Amino acid sequence: MMNSTIEVEGLTVVRGGRPVLTDLDLRVGAGVTGLLGPSGCGKSTLLRALVGVQRVAGGSVTVLGEPAGSAGLRHRVGYVTQAASVYDDLTVAENLRFFARVLGVDAGAVERAVEAVDLAGHRDAVAGRLSGGQRSRVSLAVALLGEPDLLVLDEPTVGLDPVLRRDLWELFHGIAERGATVLVSSHVMDEAERCDRLLLMREGRILADDTPAAIKQRAGATDVETAFLTLVEAAA
Amino acid sequence: MSARTTTAVARRVLTQVRRDHRTLAMLLVLPTLLMTLLWWMYADAGPAFDRLGPALLAIFPFIVMFLVTSVTTLRERSSGTLERLLAMPMGRLDFLLGYAVAFGAVAAAQSAIAVGVSVGLLGLELAGPVWLLAVVAVVDAVLGTALGLFVSAFAQTEFQAVQFMPALVVPQILLCGLLVPRDDMPDVLGAVSDVLPLSYAVDAMAHLTSLSSTGEVWGDLAVVAGFVVAGLALGAATLRRRTS
Ligand SMILES: Nc1ncnc2c1ncn2[C@@H]1O[C@H](COP(=O)(O)OP(=O)(O)OP(=O)(O)O)[C@@H](O)[C@H]1O
Ligand SMILES: [Mg+2]
Repeated sequence: MMNSTIEVEGLTVVRGGRPVLTDLDLRVGAGVTGLLGPSGCGKSTLLRALVGVQRVAGGSVTVLGEPAGSAGLRHRVGYVTQAASVYDDLTVAENLRFFARVLGVDAGAVERAVEAVDLAGHRDAVAGRLSGGQRSRVSLAVALLGEPDLLVLDEPTVGLDPVLRRDLWELFHGIAERGATVLVSSHVMDEAERCDRLLLMREGRILADDTPAAIKQRAGATDVETAFLTLVEAAA
Repeated sequence: MSARTTTAVARRVLTQVRRDHRTLAMLLVLPTLLMTLLWWMYADAGPAFDRLGPALLAIFPFIVMFLVTSVTTLRERSSGTLERLLAMPMGRLDFLLGYAVAFGAVAAAQSAIAVGVSVGLLGLELAGPVWLLAVVAVVDAVLGTALGLFVSAFAQTEFQAVQFMPALVVPQILLCGLLVPRDDMPDVLGAVSDVLPLSYAVDAMAHLTSLSSTGEVWGDLAVVAGFVVAGLALGAATLRRRTS
């Protein structure tokens, strides 16, 4: 992979006095890449480092050719935090219009983002009175506003029904077809099959970095969950 | 600095305030009600209202804006929206200025009502111009906003943020000359009072009621404005894009 969107070398992150990521190397290119691993393994921490909001203890993180968090990247990277970060006292449309102004994009982008996450019927509902899944879709819509070259999504499909999940994965692939890089974290292994590439993570280390088919084949398993367990046992 | 992001933040904050009817009503009428209470207390007790009234017109907007700002910015930090904004093309100072502009506008409305009622209905006597009283009140409110923005960086919870009120605001009220003239305090306290912003805010109000020339008032205002700028600069320094 010559033109990696993300290049991480020797990344070390310490949180609350404990090392969470130790000397991590990683490359991610265009397409939809899934970051999978059990709760607490460091997925959110890694994603925070990629968007440049995580204080790091060592190593380098390069995104689209610039150090993560550079001013030049703030227009080009969309980020959805694990907990929906929207203003609960504003309506869906008001939230999106605000972030659109911050990003300097037009009102058309707001409409497209609302449609993309299937919230057109709730445009004027106050975010705090939406269901959990609806709120997280508002949060996702915010990240779609600027048509970013890199979209970093921290568990965007948690709590959503199968139909909506399928639609969102189609949306992620649509965005990737535009040439963008989409990195999606999840701890639900059955979402793995929907990714072009997979990163399996455990206790702050990357266990596998390949296509779903190759990972399954290497582990001699028929599904990613079994493959993951095989890899964990092999690493132990 | 970007006017686009500053106005975006200011408009958003004003929309949020407008949506919260109860807070909006309290912001607008509470200072006026308290001024009326003060007027009533001294109704049969001579000219004390003319002496205390202006000081309280300086103190109320300061307190209210301090509390509102520290709690709202803390909420922004804990809800993750601040992290999200700082990952976007949003300058740290633009963010703070947006808040200062929005709450400054609220303070202008609040002070216009309080000053209008105090001078028009309650008979507060002024030597200087009324509009300057309103200007002083707005600058005081923005001072409260700047200080509130700054302390929100040091609070992890809303409980802690509210505790900064007795810690940082009440001493300023005690030492600002409202209870004991600043010249009559023990030297050490007089010196402390000389470096507290609220002292100058209250001085400006006092000068407005006693002097018809406005030079002194502008001097005090300049000091308060200096504290506002320092508060915003310190606040911007405490906003970290990268957190642990
Ligand atoms: N704010 C924090 N301060 C200190 N330690 C933290 C903080 N947030 C997370 N950690 C620690 O960092 C480690 C990795 O957390 P992280 O949030 O990256 O996990 P995750 O893989 O995203 O988990 P999940 O799937 O549950 O979201 C955990 O051991 C956690 O205890
Ligand atoms: Mg997480």
